[in-house]
Amino acid sequence: MMRLRIRRRELVCQQVVELVTDYLEDRLSRADRRRFDFHLTGCPHCTEYLAQLRATIALTGRITSADLTPPMQDEMIALYRQWQQGQGHRP
Amino acid sequence: MQPGAAAAGLRKSPKAGRDRESHARQKRRLHVVPADLAPDLMLLERLRLGDEQAFVVLVQRYRDSMLRIAACYVPGPAVAEEVVQDTWLAVLRGLSAFEGRSSVRTWLFRILVNRARTTGERERRSIALGDDLEPAVDQARFDPTGHWSDPPAHWVDQLEDRLTAEKMAGRIRTAMLDLPSRQREVVTLRDIEGLSSDEVCSVLEITEANQRVLLHRGRSRLRQVLETEFGRA
Repeated sequence: MMRLRIRRRELVCQQVVELVTDYLEDRLSRADRRRFDFHLTGCPHCTEYLAQLRATIALTGRITSADLTPPMQDEMIALYRQWQQGQGHRP
Repeated sequence: MQPGAAAAGLRKSPKAGRDRESHARQKRRLHVVPADLAPDLMLLERLRLGDEQAFVVLVQRYRDSMLRIAACYVPGPAVAEEVVQDTWLAVLRGLSAFEGRSSVRTWLFRILVNRARTTGERERRSIALGDDLEPAVDQARFDPTGHWSDPPAHWVDQLEDRLTAEKMAGRIRTAMLDLPSRQREVVTLRDIEGLSSDEVCSVLEITEANQRVLLHRGRSRLRQVLETEFGRA
């Protein structure tokens, strides 16, 4: 057990790319977070990777509804009125 | 009165007190704020009093989000629109069932997801179980000690250019369609609709850990798509 823990002390890049979401979600233990940060300070590639993932998230957030169908307001009002009629007098 | 304050007042008013309040008084209290600025909870109260305008505003407010979420489960925008309409009908029928334990948005999305899942079941392409176990980055890009042998190229700065960013956002939109649907729904709710992880778990009825794994796989794949796209340019 002890040896395993010592081995785990330093993260390698392949582990970092798998922990990156836990890192961003603040789900790493304090020790793991420290290991993660420590790895980043010495690894420009993983720093780059993290920046790319953040950029990906930001870009995903920009997706708009360009290819959606036109408003369906009329249909929805009809739906509402139909429902309300079925309800009878509401309190 | 601030919309927020009014909504807070709504939440605080004890049920017994509300029952005693006259219909007309309730209406007056709820209509202090114009519908398009009213918080969801207030619109829901208005809707319970039979206010059509409140319904229209809610439908408009969540239209794009609901269509995007529905599209995770069903093929084509026409079916997605049907699912959204079904959802609103279910919402109207279940108005009295809303207890305010979750936000209105979470409640709406949960009804939507349940509808869309049922509708999409037939069409749903089967998902290989291994999809969620796939590594974030191809193993071949690391040396045997787990360090990068083929490290990521630098392209983040290029996204500062508006046109490039738009083009790449378009690329992500297409790539979303290729994500396994469980990943797609989580990424849609988290990164497009901006729900918190708690909200996503509540809408999809999955655990936080499961949510995180799906988010991780989905985001990792989208990053890879961008990298490939930049590599091609």
